[in-house]
Amino acid sequence: MTGKRLKTGADFTWRDMEVGNIITEAGNAALRRTGDWRSQRPIIDREKCNKCGLCWLYCPDAAIKPVEDGCYETDLFYCKGCGICAKVCAREAIAMIEEEEK
Amino acid sequence: MSKRVGLEASHAAAEAARMADVDVIAAYPITPQTHIPERLAEMVADGELTAAYIPVESEHSALSTCVGAAAVGARTFTATAGPGLEYMHNVVYIASSMRLPVVMTVANRALSAPLSIWGDHSDVMAVRDTGWIQVFCQNSQEAFDMTLWAFRVGEDSRVLSPVMVHFDGFHLTHVTEPVILPEQEEVDRFLPRFHYPFALDPDKPMTHGAFGPPDIYSEAKIAQEVALRKSKAVLIQGFKEFGDILGRYYHPVEPYRAEGAKTLLLTMGSFSETAKIAIDARKDKGESVGLINLRLWRPFPFQELRQAVKGVSTLVVFDRCISFGGPGGPVCSEIRSALYNEKESPKVVSFIGGLGGRDMAVEDFEYVIDRGREIAEKGSNELYETVGIRGKVAGIRG
Repeated sequence: MTGKRLKTGADFTWRDMEVGNIITEAGNAALRRTGDWRSQRPIIDREKCNKCGLCWLYCPDAAIKPVEDGCYETDLFYCKGCGICAKVCAREAIAMIEEEEK
Repeated sequence: MSKRVGLEASHAAAEAARMADVDVIAAYPITPQTHIPERLAEMVADGELTAAYIPVESEHSALSTCVGAAAVGARTFTATAGPGLEYMHNVVYIASSMRLPVVMTVANRALSAPLSIWGDHSDVMAVRDTGWIQVFCQNSQEAFDMTLWAFRVGEDSRVLSPVMVHFDGFHLTHVTEPVILPEQEEVDRFLPRFHYPFALDPDKPMTHGAFGPPDIYSEAKIAQEVALRKSKAVLIQGFKEFGDILGRYYHPVEPYRAEGAKTLLLTMGSFSETAKIAIDARKDKGESVGLINLRLWRPFPFQELRQAVKGVSTLVVFDRCISFGGPGGPVCSEIRSALYNEKESPKVVSFIGGLGGRDMAVEDFEYVIDRGREIAEKGSNELYETVGIRGKVAGIRG
């Protein structure tokens, strides 16, 4: 919940709670690996991608990032595997594959 | 120079909030609390008090507004009664769990049905476990004093907790009594400005009221529980400072003519004053009786209570609330459990009465003393007995 907890994990006891459970470190949600919720992950086919940016625009977790050539890649630390990017892609350039698949 | 004026408890509490120079008031009118927000609205409108008076559409909104205001570091006040307190119940927990020092006066009122606007302690007992510091008042003077004290201790950086100040609906809220009002300078000496260390500030962003998944909720609750229990030392220090500056000393447990007494009666709120008259009458007859006025309700003053009943053979506890299907009067059952593991403790007898505005006269308390002693002597299978209720109540067994 707090920055302290994310840093110390299981060692975090009730004594480490901030007064009123306040999070004093702004933006520490960035430290939380939401990617481990995922059961599927998006695979972007760079051949089909026309760099329109719909996937980047629709991703609710800002887990899709532009790369230098104008195409996009997923940040698997945050990507929850919701599949919205695959759904909105006009070129069907994004496929959702099972997390277990290589 | 302090001045002596005639005030009902409602106006005394409003006056305390004014002298505390509150920043934000949000309240919804409900009998018998109405005179408190009414008077404060008048003060703000007349320029006697510079504060944001926020009219709201419900008690749920009233306390929610106070929670938001306290989170930016405002000195915050509200008042409610009975069903209003029930209506804000969810937010009552939120204020204490977020450790926001809102001060709320509660004009104690019965809960429906049947609809009753009159006083008892059902509303107090329904918020017993909400994590607020809670005190009872016996008269209008105490309504003023406890409200002022509530700001002092709740806002203390070692405490940071909301505080409920309980006084009986109608028996106090609508009764004019002499009240000694201090000078502003004395109030300012007792009550420093509020500096909330975690005030919301766009230049220093932080999160209040985040969610707590199963891997953190337990730790959050234990931290809250420990903080409330630890606050007792500061509450007592606050009573002492109040006495040193304003001249009246209060205590978590207040014995009245109790020294060496074999039988003690324990009461809360305005009925303690009526019970004291019964004690005086019995003392005059040479009986070994005395009284305990329970002031601090949460955190519960275990040590002080045990100390006060040392050597006592019978403790008669008078409750103004029924714990339906439970072990007796709610205050009495807490006292029984507080004394259960003691090597020597008095026989504890439970009486319930004074519900929904039913009066308790001096003779009623004398009956409670007599019957209480009889039960202690002969024993009884009843979990509790009633007083002032028509028809014999029997068969309430454990």
